[in-house]
Amino acid sequence: MSKKTLIVIGNGMVGHHFLEQFCASPAAAEFEIIVFGEEKQLAYDRVHLSEYFGGSTHEDLAMGTLEWYTEQGIQLHLNEQVTGIDRENRTLETPRGSYRYDELVLATGSYPFVPPIQGNDRPHCLVYRTLDDLDAIRTSSEGARSGVVVGGGLLGLEAANALKSLGLEAHVVEFAPRLMPVQLDSDGGALLRHKIEELGVQVHTEKATTAITEGEDARLRMNFSDQSFLETDLIVFSAGIRPQDALARASGLDIGERGGIVIDNHCTTSDPHVHAIGECALWEQKIFGLVAPGYTMARTLAAALNGDRETAFTGADMSTKLKLLGVDVGSIGDAHAQTPGARNIRFNDEQAGHYRRMVISEDGKTLLGAILVGDNSHYDTLLQYALNGITLPENPETLILPESEGGAPALGPDALPETASICSCHNVTKGDICGAIDAGCGDLGSVKAETKASTGCGGCTALLKNVVDSELEKRGVEVSKDLCEHFPYSRQELFHLVKVNGIRTFRTLISQHGKGHGCDICKPAVASILATCWNEHILATDHVPLQDTNDTFMANMQKNGTYSIVPRIPGGEITPDKLIVLGEVAKEYDLYTKITGGQRVDLFGATLSQLPEIWEKLIAAGFETGHAYGKSLRTVKSCVGSTWCRYGVQDSVGMAIRLEDRYKGLRAPHKVKMAVSGCTRECAEAQSKDFGVIATENGWNLYVCGNGGMRPRHADLFATDLSDEELIRTIDRVVMFYVRTADRLQRTSVWMENLEGGLEYLKQVVLEDSLGIGAELEEHMEGIVGTYQCEWKTAVEDPEKRKRFREFVNAPSQSDPVQEWTVERGQRRPVLESA
Amino acid sequence: MKPRTRWEAVCTVEDLVPESGIAVWTEEGPVAVFYLPHRLPALFAISHTDPFSGSNVLARGITGDLKGEPVVASPLYKQHFSLRTGVCLEDDTVRVKTYPVLLDGNQIRLEVRANQRESVAA
Repeated sequence: MSKKTLIVIGNGMVGHHFLEQFCASPAAAEFEIIVFGEEKQLAYDRVHLSEYFGGSTHEDLAMGTLEWYTEQGIQLHLNEQVTGIDRENRTLETPRGSYRYDELVLATGSYPFVPPIQGNDRPHCLVYRTLDDLDAIRTSSEGARSGVVVGGGLLGLEAANALKSLGLEAHVVEFAPRLMPVQLDSDGGALLRHKIEELGVQVHTEKATTAITEGEDARLRMNFSDQSFLETDLIVFSAGIRPQDALARASGLDIGERGGIVIDNHCTTSDPHVHAIGECALWEQKIFGLVAPGYTMARTLAAALNGDRETAFTGADMSTKLKLLGVDVGSIGDAHAQTPGARNIRFNDEQAGHYRRMVISEDGKTLLGAILVGDNSHYDTLLQYALNGITLPENPETLILPESEGGAPALGPDALPETASICSCHNVTKGDICGAIDAGCGDLGSVKAETKASTGCGGCTALLKNVVDSELEKRGVEVSKDLCEHFPYSRQELFHLVKVNGIRTFRTLISQHGKGHGCDICKPAVASILATCWNEHILATDHVPLQDTNDTFMANMQKNGTYSIVPRIPGGEITPDKLIVLGEVAKEYDLYTKITGGQRVDLFGATLSQLPEIWEKLIAAGFETGHAYGKSLRTVKSCVGSTWCRYGVQDSVGMAIRLEDRYKGLRAPHKVKMAVSGCTRECAEAQSKDFGVIATENGWNLYVCGNGGMRPRHADLFATDLSDEELIRTIDRVVMFYVRTADRLQRTSVWMENLEGGLEYLKQVVLEDSLGIGAELEEHMEGIVGTYQCEWKTAVEDPEKRKRFREFVNAPSQSDPVQEWTVERGQRRPVLESA
Repeated sequence: MKPRTRWEAVCTVEDLVPESGIAVWTEEGPVAVFYLPHRLPALFAISHTDPFSGSNVLARGITGDLKGEPVVASPLYKQHFSLRTGVCLEDDTVRVKTYPVLLDGNQIRLEVRANQRESVAA
């Protein structure tokens, strides 16, 4: 049987999501799939578009990979515009050819609405929608001083943020009397305006632009109907979106009066073989300009193409929660109280800059809508009340009052019905989560992997964690935070005990707060805590037996019982003389030599008793220990930077060396890697590190909590355009907060994912000092930096410590008989029968 | 009949590391001697050879107790071995050899098989 052909026009977020859903379904086997994308890039995350100016690249924002498309056997035609559809013959035309389809999916999205203002087609009049648009804005911003966004809605404010991050004086011009008129009321809009103006964005409301002409002091002049004017170097139109329905219109499909391809509950158009999803589709006279409803349509259509007529699109919740220019804004349901009889409860704290409004039903029993500005911490609870029709408490105002004034705590996960939607991006309900747990998911990570919950916008992270914890607890799965059988405490709690009580030895800690004698779980964990708190030498008598063998012998044990040695080469910069010493030492001891991924040299095959001798020679040549054995800073990788590279904008090597020298030796819950790139080309791969630094024209962008290895994670952009000092202070705080609060053997990536409140919370703690511990964290770090010692230097100079390096204490000349060697590619390597 | 054995002096008290192990060379090969001063008895001796890797590394593992049983964790693949019986806690079909150990003045002695020529009674 020959396969049928399914063609998808449009490769945006919704089109991509549809492909993901459809390819995972049984019907995929019956179809050849062809995808046409007008843009030259693969589908990317438009929701986070403004991060493009913060250093994110298309790859960071990409939804899928070319490999995925290839694996699925999808024919991908990017940069190829479909010019016509012939529904009668079921074919479509592009400049490159003609294609036949059996089923056609229109996922053409929307285009920015540019108001019909005279002069709107002048150079430097731009829109904000695609990566190409952003490139055009960036180009236009060169030599520009100021920029105006026309439109004070959600996208307009995002665009203003983008202009600001390009270093322009940013203005927002809005026709309505307030910002975000669709989502906010006048009080909320006023507060948002106040906050945004504080951030340096100038807001002009009730302004109707009549013409754009040539400016006197700037490139352009905007003339307003009230005779006032504003001069600016570039204009970005962000006055709403219109469904991209031109193809459908030309092919004679039913189109709404104000645009949009008419679809039924199964996302099928007036032609049974043509379907439409996302922002181009019109369902019951409504266009849905958010990604979550688009995803729901994608899933509905995938189901329909599998013959499932039960799944239907029945509208979508348009509630939104976002952070605009750093300001929390939330809008839920009937925010403007349009339901007959609806009543309002308002809380307005001008001092703190918090505004909250609840819209409740006439009988006071259900929540119809809400508006939040300045603080979204109540959003999740309110949304659950609204979406699930949960009966409000007797005094519903407690839901939005501060706790100090009798505010109610957040709605517990137990109170949610099974149908409660937890993750709206991937449509995961509480019932789905319970199902995943019943099917064997035993922790947050596996629930996320199984259900995809919280892997979209991430807004539901905290709620998801609460639901998972509560459900696990109900099933008798003890969510134990105990370190091991010897300590009924988490690592964070032990850290606190050690710090507060000034405990300096494992023995004291276990006798006062634990039981038994310890084990290979708690001993290294406590050793790490003690090292962070007091920074004594790891081979001090009390600490020796606590360390893993690698820490005890300050080298990395290999499978045959020998060790490898990694001297520190800060930033990967090394003089020829030092390189020669490494070569000479390796030659003398016949050490297998390999370059590591962290721009260092690893020397393998040293026996225990050779370690001190080798280190004597390395120290004499000016080397220090590289801590490759420790749960501590490994390496700060760097590119060559502005000193040599014609693209470099900062001295990345210099900064890498500075960071490496600062944080070397610090003991952490797990290893820590850093990298510094000298420009956005990112040759040092900083975004795969725990701490990644990327140079900008104005300083440094800091990324945190990335990871390579088994579970890769792109680092999150944390702060932009930092000076050298700001960069170091910020890293100091994040590192110290991680060291204090992470679980044992928890890399920064997992720590961040489990941190309640996630990235935003971390930003508050570090950048806004919300816990008031910033100075203390910096001071603690200073103390550690000040007491640094090269562990190997101290060890080789101390005869007592050197005694530990005897292979057999009673037979100094006895070599280990199981260590047999062979030669491969010109170097020595072990032979091991049992390996 | 019990094979003839002798108590071989392998090291002194000064060589021991509290709460940890050291390796000694005996006529039977490499042995790990552990000194856990907070237990009675405080001295343990087991083969230094990790049965899972064949490498001589057990003296370099972390000591401790699991449900009261004194153990050492292999530094390579982290299996736990009882210091009393040599049995691997994760796989009780695997065990390492244990050696009787005693403190004789300042000397640590292990009971090992006597070779042909010597015969010191136990």
